[in-house]
Amino acid sequence: MGKVMEVNGPLVTIQQNNIRNGEQVRIGKLGLVGEVISLFENRALVQVYETTESLHPGEEVEGLGKPLSVELGPGMLGQIFDGVQRPLNKILEMSGETIARGLTVNSLDREKKWHFVPADNLEVGQIVTQGTIMGTVQETPTITHRVLVPPGKQGEIVEHAGEGDYTVEEIIVRIKDRNNKLVDLRMYHDWPVRTPRPFQSRTSSAQPLLTGQRILDTFFPLLKGGKAAVPGPFGAGKTMVQQQIARWANADIVLYVGCGERGNELVDILETFPQLTDPYTGRSLMERTFLVANTSNMPVVAREASIYVGVTMAEYYRDQGYDVVMVADSTSRWAEALREVAGRLGQMPVEEGYPAYLASRLAAFYERAGSVNTLAENMGSVTLIGAVSPPGGDFSEPVTSHTKEIIRTFWALSKPLADARHYPAVSWIESFSDYEARARDWWAENVNPKWSSHRQQALTLLTQADELERIVNLVGPEALSSAQRWTLESAGIIKEGLLQQSALDETDSYCSPEKQFRLMDLILKFYETGNELIKLGMPVEQLAELPENGKIRRLKSSIANDQLEELDSFASELFKHLDYMRAEYAGTKETNA
Amino acid sequence: MKQIEYKHVTAARGSLLFLKGGTDAALGERVAIRDIDGNIRNGQVIKTSDKMILVQVFESTEHIDLENTWIRYLDEPFELALSPDMLGRNFNGIGEPRDNRPPIVSSLVRNVNGSPINPAARAYPREFIQTGISSIDGLNSLVRGQKLPVFSGSGLPHNRIAAQIVRQAKLPDESSNFVIVFAAMGVSHSDARFFETEFESSGVLRNVVMFTNLANDPPMERLILPRTALTAAEYLAYDLDHHVLVVITDMTNYAEALREIATEKGDVPSRKGYPGYLYSDLAEIYERAGRVKNRHGSITMIPILSMPSDDITHPIPDLTGYITEGQIVMSRELHSKSVYPPVNVPPSLSRLMKDGIGKEYTREDHPHVASQLYASYTRALEARNLASIIGAEELSQRDRRFLAFAEAFEDRFVRQDAEDERSIIETLDLAWELLSLLPPEALTRVSEAEIQKYHSWDESR
Repeated sequence: MGKVMEVNGPLVTIQQNNIRNGEQVRIGKLGLVGEVISLFENRALVQVYETTESLHPGEEVEGLGKPLSVELGPGMLGQIFDGVQRPLNKILEMSGETIARGLTVNSLDREKKWHFVPADNLEVGQIVTQGTIMGTVQETPTITHRVLVPPGKQGEIVEHAGEGDYTVEEIIVRIKDRNNKLVDLRMYHDWPVRTPRPFQSRTSSAQPLLTGQRILDTFFPLLKGGKAAVPGPFGAGKTMVQQQIARWANADIVLYVGCGERGNELVDILETFPQLTDPYTGRSLMERTFLVANTSNMPVVAREASIYVGVTMAEYYRDQGYDVVMVADSTSRWAEALREVAGRLGQMPVEEGYPAYLASRLAAFYERAGSVNTLAENMGSVTLIGAVSPPGGDFSEPVTSHTKEIIRTFWALSKPLADARHYPAVSWIESFSDYEARARDWWAENVNPKWSSHRQQALTLLTQADELERIVNLVGPEALSSAQRWTLESAGIIKEGLLQQSALDETDSYCSPEKQFRLMDLILKFYETGNELIKLGMPVEQLAELPENGKIRRLKSSIANDQLEELDSFASELFKHLDYMRAEYAGTKETNA
Repeated sequence: MKQIEYKHVTAARGSLLFLKGGTDAALGERVAIRDIDGNIRNGQVIKTSDKMILVQVFESTEHIDLENTWIRYLDEPFELALSPDMLGRNFNGIGEPRDNRPPIVSSLVRNVNGSPINPAARAYPREFIQTGISSIDGLNSLVRGQKLPVFSGSGLPHNRIAAQIVRQAKLPDESSNFVIVFAAMGVSHSDARFFETEFESSGVLRNVVMFTNLANDPPMERLILPRTALTAAEYLAYDLDHHVLVVITDMTNYAEALREIATEKGDVPSRKGYPGYLYSDLAEIYERAGRVKNRHGSITMIPILSMPSDDITHPIPDLTGYITEGQIVMSRELHSKSVYPPVNVPPSLSRLMKDGIGKEYTREDHPHVASQLYASYTRALEARNLASIIGAEELSQRDRRFLAFAEAFEDRFVRQDAEDERSIIETLDLAWELLSLLPPEALTRVSEAEIQKYHSWDESR
């Protein structure tokens, strides 16, 4: 037994022998749990996951003998956990509406029986190694949970359970390891959160992570196993973008980590997701979703842990051969938690008070993303998408600038766009994607070979329009040629008819890849035809005032993903009309000549 | 331990008192400090070890000497006694009466720091609150359980707006049923007086609990005042089933007090000298707003903060904006054009609006109308920008229409008398009247059916 020597906010100095760095400890009458972060002589410094109010010097401390770990097994999907993997619904039953301190709860339900089906080849005498699939459990109607031999365990099966209903505590396989020691394997195991889970090898995936959001999928694609960041000042719609990804991403499993954000946002997910349908399986979205919540008013040290708790759970489903997306909202709050602890430790601040190890911690976290060949020779992936909340919207601040160097897809949100209610407010100037070259093949094969050139053309058009707008703001629109004004007009159509997408509109909330391409194709064709007409002498005003102009801008919400033939008939009508006009102008031109 | 007085002060600096350790003082414990004149001051343990105890003194350490100061540990955190008798009363930051009436006596006491609400226990706020102000109801609707701050600046009429909201806020189909908790930190006598008069004249005074710390009261008390006020609000909402509207002014004074104590403690500063934990600290206050499942009451919060030199990227409004569910921003430009309320529409936002409006709560066209007004107004501001460069005569006819829309929007939609209470239907009808200044093809955010129903376009205008 050790004892408390000093209490300084979430940091507690204890006097304790035989304790390891990283080990968890239980402190005082309340039984607050914390983690050793540094040792000196016979003292240890502990960061505590809960508020330390009313703790005083002299209280007793007990080492728990293991680092911060999570329980991995069936029963995580559909749940909401706190930053140290305590199930919040269970806490609600135990302590009511507010979270009491010092509660010990098992992360996985110990009472619930799961129907376990042993793997076909599971038999006594068989040698199993880490990652071997021992059997399956239907965790939700859409997700089959594969029960794995935990990393680091191997041996010969001496006994195993048959098909039947078991709790996670019951032994399903007993093996004899190299030293002839019996090892019991259950449906769950522990894993320390700060250690990445092992796999065979990394693979280079070329599967895009489709989100149904045009600006993301078409313009700044992300791959499964990739890493992306969404920075933006407050009010730019970060949360909305993240929630849309969580809703519509073509992943098997989605984990939403609310790290230092609003409580109501998590409630929004908890209340709306069960009613939403997964476009890929037709089942409730909640069946593939789970959450980790450390809201902004919950203790700051657990916020630091929540990111690791989340990514470890994501890796566990990856190891079963699933494509997992983890959305972390927001990594800035996680960095601030690091800063707060560092500040109390009196560590030398380098930039804006952040400690020197900020960049390396961020890089190590994002490195846990990836597409891998698992120990069981399955393909699985973890895609990491981190929100960043730069103070004052300044992208040169440390968290944003370090993150930018690590990630490969950058979805920059812009305040001016958000103020104009252009949502999603992803800036086409500041955003980038390094995955475009790899995504190109998928689009060419599955949608249309022209995807890449179309995308480039649309982006060029937008950039040109931005430049022209600057001229207009200096000298007025009269200084532009007709062709230039048509460029401006067409860029306007791209912005409104393609880039803007309403999350609240039932039809437009999710846009299939096919529809994304067809809309882009139509708009670009309209632009080119317009160009020809202008060359023939048609006034730009006449083009701009065509009633079809407004209709093209509304196509995204007037035509559903499964009614694309209507898009064809609209296009053929439109271009017939334009052809007619072309003939008219070509005629006049000839007469004039 | 409660009865023992210690004489072990080793240093006094600003509002901090350094005591010799060894008394096992608990973190957050309340202490009573008796100085040489026999006056009792209030303090709280903010750091404790076997060697040294650090106490923050709400009334500052002025006139304290090291020899003749006695410390009594009260063995309890800061607590507030709660009873229905609090309504109609005025307290200071630690819950002592300011109105010369006896203190609240109750067996029910609660720690003012509260505990975080379990996210799984929250209910999503959805019920539209009608404030009677078009620029809020129409464009940035407030819902019950929301925290929606007012970002203002010195000299702007945020107090009048707050008073107007307090006076008019109600659910469209219910009469006013809000109980008000008013928390004032570092405000001037005249501001405090303004609110008292307002509450009195609108007849809500007996439904108000006031917590006041004036500009010349000890700044450290501002750190605990919003927590005390919210403890009262939680009691009124969750124990007594009231819908509570909490008005907090001015959060800038709170954050400055926090910076003062952080600097004294030697905390590592992050931006503009504010401590790195300003975000978490503000969140502890703001996140106490909300709705809880199976509880009738709710806490809706309207914090007011003045942006130092009107800078919205200053840490206080910036961090607040990241925590709260939107913001109502005041515009100095509109104010100087004598538009009241000077709501700066583009940067204002209500995040919870989407679920609190529409067919079920207001009217089916509301979401589209709001979006359309935003889009058209932004477009109109661009036209106005252009006009300032090339002159309004040079604008195209389309741009001139937008220019006229901008003028009408500011003059008729945003501008509104302090006594003018518009129902949401009146607000939406007014919005369509203004949108009718624009041709139907310029309105792409509203549906064609809505244009048919509400839009009256007259080409000749």
